[in-house]
Amino acid sequence: MAAISSPPADLSAALVLAPTTAADWLVILPVAWCLAVGAFLVMLRRPIGFHPVIAIAGLAGLVLIDGLLLEHVATNGPVTMVMGRWLPPFGIAFTVDLTGALFALAGALVAFAAGVFSLADINDSGRRYGFYPFLMLLMAGVSGAFLTGDVFNLYVWFEVLLISSFGLLVLGSEREQIDGTVKYGFLNLVATTLFLTATGYLYAIFGTLNMADVARKAEALRDSAPLMTLTALYMLAFCMKAAAFPVNFWLPASYHTPRVVVSALFAGLLTKVGIYALIRVMVMLFPVEREELSFVLALAGAVTMIVGVLGALAQTDFRRILGYLIVSGIGSMLAGIAIGGPGGIGGAIFYALHSMLVMTGLYFASGIAMRLGASSSIATLAGLYRKHAGFAALTLMLCFAVSGLPPFSGFWPKVMLVKAALDIGAWWLAAALLLVGFLTMIVTGRLFLFAYWREEDVATGETAPPSPATLAPLAALVLLTLGIGLYPEPLLSAIQSAAAGLAEPSAYLNSVFPAGGPQ
Amino acid sequence: MEAWFALLVGIFFTVAVYLLLSKFIIRVLLGVAILGNAVNLLIFTAGRLTRDVPPVIAGGADTLVGPAANALPQALILTAIVISFSFFAFLLVLSWRAYDDLQTDNTDEMRVAEPVSEPAPPLGY
Repeated sequence: MAAISSPPADLSAALVLAPTTAADWLVILPVAWCLAVGAFLVMLRRPIGFHPVIAIAGLAGLVLIDGLLLEHVATNGPVTMVMGRWLPPFGIAFTVDLTGALFALAGALVAFAAGVFSLADINDSGRRYGFYPFLMLLMAGVSGAFLTGDVFNLYVWFEVLLISSFGLLVLGSEREQIDGTVKYGFLNLVATTLFLTATGYLYAIFGTLNMADVARKAEALRDSAPLMTLTALYMLAFCMKAAAFPVNFWLPASYHTPRVVVSALFAGLLTKVGIYALIRVMVMLFPVEREELSFVLALAGAVTMIVGVLGALAQTDFRRILGYLIVSGIGSMLAGIAIGGPGGIGGAIFYALHSMLVMTGLYFASGIAMRLGASSSIATLAGLYRKHAGFAALTLMLCFAVSGLPPFSGFWPKVMLVKAALDIGAWWLAAALLLVGFLTMIVTGRLFLFAYWREEDVATGETAPPSPATLAPLAALVLLTLGIGLYPEPLLSAIQSAAAGLAEPSAYLNSVFPAGGPQ
Repeated sequence: MEAWFALLVGIFFTVAVYLLLSKFIIRVLLGVAILGNAVNLLIFTAGRLTRDVPPVIAGGADTLVGPAANALPQALILTAIVISFSFFAFLLVLSWRAYDDLQTDNTDEMRVAEPVSEPAPPLGY
């Protein structure tokens, strides 16, 4: 048989030939780890007693991995890993910069807290329906979305987290949950389809899906391609994901229906993935278009926060109040993205990280309150302070944090955002931020007054004190928000360099295309 | 060819949006299915539409001779089809279950999670 006569191909032009260093594996490890643990849990379908142990250990591992990744990125700058060793932009790239690493770590912390909380909240039937595998796969989707450097890959991770969230949302299949899931499911699917539409146009215009490649080529195409339309489409899709007004109504319709721990997980993670994607696309890929759209975005942000907080004022159900407070917080983050600059973007990132911890904590508190008071309506809940003073103190601290009062974590992002708004002369946006802070205080104050301070009319008798499995994660989140509030410098400096890295992504581009890359 | 496809995609989107605005879940489902296909056709068009020119590099050559369709969007569509099909299947089952449990497929009447006449929050005690 004759030998093939073609000369050996020059692989160095197409493939990464250097072996991947051990540290680079960290980039993909959060996703791979979650998928592996999730798959293992699916295999162990019958012995459900092991599920919580494995999942909590898995989530602790995820926190550790994300912590190491953040440390690695903070010292070495953005890191890239390409699938199948194809040189970018051909291989699917995972690129982690400080922004992605910070979000991933905060997400892992929230998930770990939720994992511990679930010990008391998820019963055997919940375990049998696969709560823990869904939880791990949700974390795979969330981590993937935070760490990927490829737009189509981002879409895929969105779908991974979406299908897991559907599973978690209907867990238990009560009538209320089915109703909530129908609204959540359809509207979120439309949002991701819009995202896919925008991605189709992105590929048609740029011929590439790698974020660094798009950021590089945007300048040259600005005069000839309809980048404005593209950015507006992305903005709509991600705003819908993040539950911004006027496309927010799926959130208060569905977030109060599932198990408390599921609500808490969603509150911490899902809308923030939308905000993260919005920051990534609008700030890093299309900065000029963001500038043009900033007024629309600022207006949407202001209306979102005001509508959100007014909605919260009009609710009686504990968890529905919190649902509207999430929407209100999203408005502040949108305002930060609209303002731009290091103050605005940094403020938005800080607010998102703070909101992940605090909203999750508040949902935990709502779960404990519902257990203690045997009701979820603030019209009937009463006397929680007498029943458990320590729990009441923890809730009050979270109420302060969400209203943006010092010394808790909500104070600093609010200061950053108000200052950034005043610096660019958007006094109305600053006024809206302060007004919403004030109204949030009224919402949480009223909540505390009715559910915690009010004397019970008829004593409901002794209820079991909340279990340590529910109090410990709540206390840990409160400690974290207090720690950030009292000593914000390390986080603040990390966020400032993250925002600077997004505004001037040369380090990000260098990490993807070390030698300048193909032209 | 692209112009005709653009028109077709436009029609698909119009029909999908019309159906999505309906009150009835079953029509919304059809809208979701058509929307997914509209996007797939859109991506398909993004990869150039050329007939009878397979994107195969001939032996001895380094690059393609002449214009050919881009194969990558087709790979993207393949992913998108799988995902949207699985989501459609999930939503179909969910809608059926919702119809079974709530006895309606009219979204106006699906008010279990958000009751219509909720009492106002307490104003004082």
